[in-house]
Amino acid sequence: MSDKDYIIIESGKAEQPFHYAVGMHGSKFFRELKDNRRFIGLKCPKCGKVFIPPRGVCGECFVEMNEWVEVGPNGVIGSFTILRYAFIDPETGQQKPIPYGYGFIKLDGADTLFQHYINIEDESKVKIGARVEAVFSKERKGSIRDIEYFRVVD
Amino acid sequence: MDKAAIIGVGMTSIEGNKVRDTFADMAWEAVNKALDDAGMNINDIDNVITTSNDFWDGRTISCMAVGDASGAAHKNVSCVEGDGTFGAFYGLTRALSGSYGTTLVTAHTKGSQSVSSLITNAAFDPIYERSLGMDMISACAMQANAYMNRTGITSEQLALVSVKNHGNAKKNPLSQMPLDITVNDVLKSEMISDPLHKLDCSPVSDACCAIIIANEERAAKHKGKPVWIKGVSFCSDAFFFGDRDLSRAPALEQAAKKAYAMAGIKNPMKEIDTAEVYDAFTYQELMWLEGLGLCADGESGRLLEKGEFAIDGRLPVNASGGLLSGHPVIAAGLIRIAEIVKQLRGEAGKYQTKNPKTGVAHGVNGLCGQSHCVWVLGKDK
Repeated sequence: MSDKDYIIIESGKAEQPFHYAVGMHGSKFFRELKDNRRFIGLKCPKCGKVFIPPRGVCGECFVEMNEWVEVGPNGVIGSFTILRYAFIDPETGQQKPIPYGYGFIKLDGADTLFQHYINIEDESKVKIGARVEAVFSKERKGSIRDIEYFRVVD
Repeated sequence: MDKAAIIGVGMTSIEGNKVRDTFADMAWEAVNKALDDAGMNINDIDNVITTSNDFWDGRTISCMAVGDASGAAHKNVSCVEGDGTFGAFYGLTRALSGSYGTTLVTAHTKGSQSVSSLITNAAFDPIYERSLGMDMISACAMQANAYMNRTGITSEQLALVSVKNHGNAKKNPLSQMPLDITVNDVLKSEMISDPLHKLDCSPVSDACCAIIIANEERAAKHKGKPVWIKGVSFCSDAFFFGDRDLSRAPALEQAAKKAYAMAGIKNPMKEIDTAEVYDAFTYQELMWLEGLGLCADGESGRLLEKGEFAIDGRLPVNASGGLLSGHPVIAAGLIRIAEIVKQLRGEAGKYQTKNPKTGVAHGVNGLCGQSHCVWVLGKDK
């Protein structure tokens, strides 16, 4: 028996189930998405920036935000990538089919970028600055997957 | 800042899978190398900082698992979650507090034990981002696109970083991936996530690094060559990726300015002789060099082509081979510090740069350079 045979002992897989609170801002955001296919963000009373995804505090100004404003559903690509390597989907534990597009979308009326999938049917159209629209899922459950993807509009 | 010095460094080799070693085994090796290097024993260490990340280690309070092997028994030991440069920062403040004369700082990672993309995916917001499946590679690919779009830096220039650093690694016996490659090899390697090819990305790695920091009084008793900490600072950018202009690194610019001011450096382009920066991806070496003020914005690619960042160039960058040649995530920044210490002592062997007096070591915590820590180290007090 070689030295190596003695030492290759592995512990096996480990799992840690966890439940995250969506919070009051997230709950309102996802309800609008599910019921009305609308994006809403929060506006800072001091600097006027509109944040999406919504959160309670503007970090720059250190003030609470309470004013909801509608943004999107159209916007422009801020940056993007096309994934060509097999990635394990954290939701299913299975490998995701490749390739697929992923991008930062600047929704009309928002000051921050929103992450989601980008449809890459025509790769040549997927560029920084290209205009996109949101395509919503038919069955919406109040999660980030209520948006299917964004697609480039001519 | 009161004076403090690094008086010992030690590291394991960087490997893709150290299957024979536990975290504690790696720490034992690195700590003893650092103690030997400093000519000290564990009784000379007044307190200990270990640096780790619970997700990467797959256990709660991961720092405690390496305590015994890091000589922490009966000592004040604390842990920093994040890159080793941040652990070293805390270690430095403890040495300067007056309560401790010396701090031992360790940082370890075994990327081989988990699925890296799931660990880095877990850094994203669990409500809005995580389930979409983004990880470090895809996030950095988007940053690379944004940076290249803004500056006009090309894929060929990115590839040249890979050629240089894998080539430098051939001179470093501790490196994981010494390679003889050309720009064409990089461009022809598998496209992982546009615009990043396989050879634009760093590998998954295992390693541990340890350094010993001493206050001025204790450093004065040291018989070796102390390397002086001239300036150090860290700054952070926003948590949500979409809040940042990913094509720029304002947190790095701020951290660098503060560290240079502390070190009395007015013109970093002229006064810094050698640098080890956090090149997890090819574009990052170029982007961080600009953020560090070591070349003008958008100029790094052109200067690289002129050979300025080669071991024998004007400003050698990642002479050790950098992270492209081995990327043990949490240890990565501490290794950058240890490499600059070796350079300033003139003990870097075949990758020794020409008589450096002042060097910069740079660490990153978070994806796409969310937080940056900048160390200015000097040969002279």
